[in-house]
Amino acid sequence: MASRMCVQVLARSSLALVCHPGSTRPHLRFLHTAPKLCSQSQQNGSSDSKVLVHFVNQSGVKSSVFVTEGESLLDVVIKKNLDISGFGACEGTLACSTCHLIFEESVYDKLEPIVDEETDMLDLAYGLTKTSRLGCQVTVEHWMDGMTVRVPHEINDQRGKQEAVSSK
Amino acid sequence: MKRMTMINFMKGSVMKIHRLSRAYRCLSAEGGVRVFSSASGPRVCVVGGGPAGFYTAQQLLKARQDAIVDIYERLPVPFGLVRFGVAPDHPEVKNVINTFTQTAQHERCSFYGNVNVGKDVTIEELRRAYHAVVLSYGAEGNRSMKIPGEDLSGVFSAKDFVGWYNGLPSNKELCPDLSSETAVILGQGNVALDVARILLSPVDMLKETDITQNSLAVLAGSNVRRVLVVGRRGPLQIACTIKEVREMVNLPNTGADMLPSDFEGIAEALKDLPRPRKRLTELMMKAVKEGRDDKDQKCWGFRFFRSPVEVIAGADGRTATGIRLALNKLEGSGEGTRAVPTGQLEDLECGLIISSIGYKSFPIDPTVPFDPRRAIVPNAMGRVQDTTGLYCSGWVKRGPTGVIATTMNDSFDTARVLVQDMEAGEVDLSVNKPGAQAITALLRTRGVRTVLFPQWEKINAEEEKRGKSLGKPREKLLDVDEMLKIAWS
Repeated sequence: MASRMCVQVLARSSLALVCHPGSTRPHLRFLHTAPKLCSQSQQNGSSDSKVLVHFVNQSGVKSSVFVTEGESLLDVVIKKNLDISGFGACEGTLACSTCHLIFEESVYDKLEPIVDEETDMLDLAYGLTKTSRLGCQVTVEHWMDGMTVRVPHEINDQRGKQEAVSSK
Repeated sequence: MKRMTMINFMKGSVMKIHRLSRAYRCLSAEGGVRVFSSASGPRVCVVGGGPAGFYTAQQLLKARQDAIVDIYERLPVPFGLVRFGVAPDHPEVKNVINTFTQTAQHERCSFYGNVNVGKDVTIEELRRAYHAVVLSYGAEGNRSMKIPGEDLSGVFSAKDFVGWYNGLPSNKELCPDLSSETAVILGQGNVALDVARILLSPVDMLKETDITQNSLAVLAGSNVRRVLVVGRRGPLQIACTIKEVREMVNLPNTGADMLPSDFEGIAEALKDLPRPRKRLTELMMKAVKEGRDDKDQKCWGFRFFRSPVEVIAGADGRTATGIRLALNKLEGSGEGTRAVPTGQLEDLECGLIISSIGYKSFPIDPTVPFDPRRAIVPNAMGRVQDTTGLYCSGWVKRGPTGVIATTMNDSFDTARVLVQDMEAGEVDLSVNKPGAQAITALLRTRGVRTVLFPQWEKINAEEEKRGKSLGKPREKLLDVDEMLKIAWS
């Protein structure tokens, strides 16, 4: 069991190397953390266990990172220095919609309930979907392992731009 | 209670993020290769140190590792409407200043405050000194109502009123008379609701914000108990966003004073609305239903289907005592819904009238194209029409609407377009440009002394020091001369 998990984790850690080439973060750090992960029990969901999350940025570039349970997805993007332009402008205070992320439906359905103030901000977000949440309000939990979250695509500005729903 | 816990939690994580991003800055400064003013690096000038300017600079620095970006700002202090527009009780929105500060401190970015582009230096001079110039100077004017009595005492533009409580040097003498019980705000955008909220908020809540001490003193003596927010169209066309309405609904000791007749037929229309509009409308309807409590000492309310026709003067002929409104009906549908006068008039008694019908950009320089009708610099995706090497972002690009994320995205777009043009050879990078070196030399010969970012940080430190003794995050300096004295000390 333990060895199978180890293989799994290592296989996943290689994914982490397929990060955006423009990212400045030293990805090699994943390799250092992987063996440590293997020696830990992943079954009790201890607070320092790692969860694999895939981020797809505005340009469609995927970054895969191991994150600590209990961190918000905004924390993750900042800490891991992921290449997402303008993410988290208000720094997680529910005053903007720039940490908007789109979830897989199966994951979205299991997320903690949304508060009105978050929906208020989401209503101003570009590219709002039925499975949108603000990254600052979603805390990483063990069951999320392997999930993919997407940043809405950049607006294709050849045919003029849609304003945020907000202002008019 | 849950909300408080959440806010405390968020505060904790904000600090964490802040520390972290600093750590990364250090890391990249040590580990990265510093790009000095290489012969081939593009030099870009950004006109205006507000959110549009800073977001444009941020994206340019990121997208071109060899770009050198200089931001010129008229005032000695940066951040534009984040400092002078965002309401004092919205400190969360001002967190963007942390990112702007990182941009200003970037090794390839410089901030030059106290430079009035168009007067101290022309756009032509900037274009000669830089490979590209981005106009991000915003909208410093306001649309006027064009009605008789607009100049009477007691009538203010929201832009000036907001500038007054936010410490804009040019508005420090405004001193509005708040002795009247009713205030009327014309326009129903977020600025209108900011003003309404500041007028009705308990002073105890405001005194912990960065609102200026002199406006706090005037607000403490305010008699305003009722604020009506007037719009020419109906609830389904309202321009504000839900957050601001929710804040009105949640104001302590303040009830809603609405006209149920304004909401006739709205319930039936709800089901076909997109979610944001639907939720906003439902919240307003909830406020109508809850109305006013006997305990409420103050009230606020929307007044729909009304256009101002005249400010009514008192016996002295100089002071406003009311406003005459024309009642409207709606014609058309969707975004094209128009307000058409029914011929009926209505007078509202009030001693304070604030017109909040929009900001407006001015032309900066006769050599730059300007569309007087839309009050923007005409452009295609940020490329200024009929020019090369000239770009625009923010409110001069698309008009004065939207939230900070709107300006962020539009500034990123302009920066991307500019970088594309550099790569495609549309912007000629084969010639060396002197950049700030030439401009600062020129400014010196004209007796203009700049305020650099470290000098702004002296002003910042002084403001924070003054604020601390008052239990506020900062006490803004109101006088440009005083700012300069501290900056250059």
